[in-house]
Amino acid sequence: MALISNGEFVVDDWRRLADEEALPDKGKIIVSYERLDSALKARGANGDIGVIINNTLEIDKLTPVIAKLGLIAIAFPSFADGRGFSLARLIRRTGYRGELRASGRLLADQYTHALGCGFDTVEIPDDLAQRQNETQWRSARRTHQRTYQRGYISSGSILDSRRKAAQ
Amino acid sequence: MSINNFNTLSRINSPRTTYQYDEFDKDFVRERVAEFREQVRRRLDGSLTEEEFRPFRLMNGLYLQLHAYMLRVAIPYGTLTSQQMRRLAEIADRWDKGYGHFTTRQNLQYNWPKLIDTPDILEALAEVDMHAIQTSGNCIRNVTADHFAGVAADEIEDPRPTAEFLRQWSSAHPEFSFLPRKFKIAVTGATHDRAATLAHDIGLRLVKNASGDVGYSVIIGGGLGRSPFIGKVIREYVPRAELLAYLEAIMRVYNRYGRRDNKYKARIKILVHEKGIETIRAAVEKEFAAMDYTAFQQDPQEFKRVAASFAPPPYETLPSESSKLAKARLETPAFDHFVSVNVSKHKIAGYAIVTVSLKPISGIPGDATSHQMRVLADACDRFGFGELRVSHEQNIILPHVKKDDLFALWQTLDAADLATANAGLVSDIISCPGLDYCSLATARSIPIAQAISQRFSDMARQRRIGKLGIKISGCINACGHHHIGAIGVLGLEKKGQESYQITLGGDPGFSASIGEILGPGVSADQVPEVIEHLVDFYLAERHESEAFIDTWRRLGHARFKDVLRREGEDGADI
Repeated sequence: MALISNGEFVVDDWRRLADEEALPDKGKIIVSYERLDSALKARGANGDIGVIINNTLEIDKLTPVIAKLGLIAIAFPSFADGRGFSLARLIRRTGYRGELRASGRLLADQYTHALGCGFDTVEIPDDLAQRQNETQWRSARRTHQRTYQRGYISSGSILDSRRKAAQ
Repeated sequence: MSINNFNTLSRINSPRTTYQYDEFDKDFVRERVAEFREQVRRRLDGSLTEEEFRPFRLMNGLYLQLHAYMLRVAIPYGTLTSQQMRRLAEIADRWDKGYGHFTTRQNLQYNWPKLIDTPDILEALAEVDMHAIQTSGNCIRNVTADHFAGVAADEIEDPRPTAEFLRQWSSAHPEFSFLPRKFKIAVTGATHDRAATLAHDIGLRLVKNASGDVGYSVIIGGGLGRSPFIGKVIREYVPRAELLAYLEAIMRVYNRYGRRDNKYKARIKILVHEKGIETIRAAVEKEFAAMDYTAFQQDPQEFKRVAASFAPPPYETLPSESSKLAKARLETPAFDHFVSVNVSKHKIAGYAIVTVSLKPISGIPGDATSHQMRVLADACDRFGFGELRVSHEQNIILPHVKKDDLFALWQTLDAADLATANAGLVSDIISCPGLDYCSLATARSIPIAQAISQRFSDMARQRRIGKLGIKISGCINACGHHHIGAIGVLGLEKKGQESYQITLGGDPGFSASIGEILGPGVSADQVPEVIEHLVDFYLAERHESEAFIDTWRRLGHARFKDVLRREGEDGADI
């Protein structure tokens, strides 16, 4: 897997824990949603626990523990499945400030969509990272400099720029 | 490569007729063109697989059709300037085969562009503030509106500022660009629905509340395709300031819960049908209440800025009747027919709305040559403040022509084969491209439209029949809107043969209804005859000027079925 942050391929300091693996005493680990409660109980809420969730999870299943999480990864079963974008919005709406990660076959062409909806990082399989290398992800960050929507994260809302220009 | 060197200067002192891009809008479209150029390059160098490239190609209006690529250009709310129309003609000449096809969603399709040329075509469009963004794909599509917007006598408010607002809000949306399926929005501001708002994923009607404020009645879950549904009102009144927020709430509910397991069940109409409108309404209201929607407040200042683009042109003060027009009508019967059929009432005295039919007898519905496009551009510069409209009936409208000028305009149109006096008549047929172009089609539709048109080529007979909408689709996806045609024709394939199913009683207006199937399918060559029998029966049974749909509603479907049964007894295979 390759991890993209701020348009660069970076080293992942989180480790995805398989369900059959024993819970380590320390270190940043990502567990499945099913294992989340027990992991939090065992390790406490020190921000070293993250969770990977399906894009169909109801947000209220997460809200009771969300403040304790250091990372939430949303699985993208296919790049064409946009449910993860809406779920990211709902997660950010709870006030969650930890890392939000899109995990799956997301394309560089969707990078600004992901960032706009509140994701920090994108995690893609190696074969995809070979075709869509760091250069492509880096320049993908700059493909949507102007955006019409407000309330999403972007480098330049057109309405705000219009206002500024009119002043 | 730009085509700046082409002569496309707009008329000096031409008034604003549609939304004028500012530098930010221009930047946005240029960015999209640059992005697509890069995507084409990355497709060719293998960075993107065909499967990965596909949604981005579609979001830029580029389809892979039966014989070639097809590029669908957006004409938001169907409004075009003369300058834009000339550019469409230039593109047709330079990169296509000298013609274009106007569609039922107020767009224009080129049927023969090359993939490698498309970024240049998009750049040529961007130079005149046009694009092909989101004319396809599983995203919010080009927003359509009443083609008589701003000039209709029955209007509460021009729907185009709202439609332009929605165009901007929906363009390259970070959250809603990978929806379960395509999503179509139509807006009307009139008391007659010329935008088929009940047949869209979202239909918006401008309404006034008790205190006289203009807001929106929001309809969701309408749609045609293989499972047609009439839309349902989700909220009677949404204040203008809250419209975008309310739409975000609907989109979020759809994006999260719309089916993705079966593309034929993925439209919002199926979600509404399966869960029930009450459940969906509750989910939308819950989301709406939870949103912090200050960011989505429709800013009154910004709305005013957009609305100013659609300000009325500088009309002259004229008498409501024109003696020049009356005289010309008396002297030239063909012109007289044109006026009674193709000219509609304008809200300003002394002006008229002219519908230019793209349905010549035996022609291809919606096609226009580059020459015809230029004639239309010149004609509207001369007679209509440089403005044109595309209707979802696949015709072109000159929205403001002086009654005094109608005869001169008619002569100009007639010389370019654009004066067919059949707007709304039986030969003004809506048709999808069908098997002649489309890879989804199961049967031909254009030749059927041509044959019906030929059968009714006697114009006096057409006028006697009066307004009657025939709509033809070449497959179950219903791009020809056959479900809402008073007479609908659906082309299917049965055991390797084309078979056409006839439906009656469809209605696209506020009293919308889905047509009912008449009986077993008929062969291609029988379609005109069957329709002729139905029309003859209607003529014999109608009360005075009763419309076809009203006669059908009064007599009932069974009586019309009987017409065909009697035909069957004579040995015809119906």
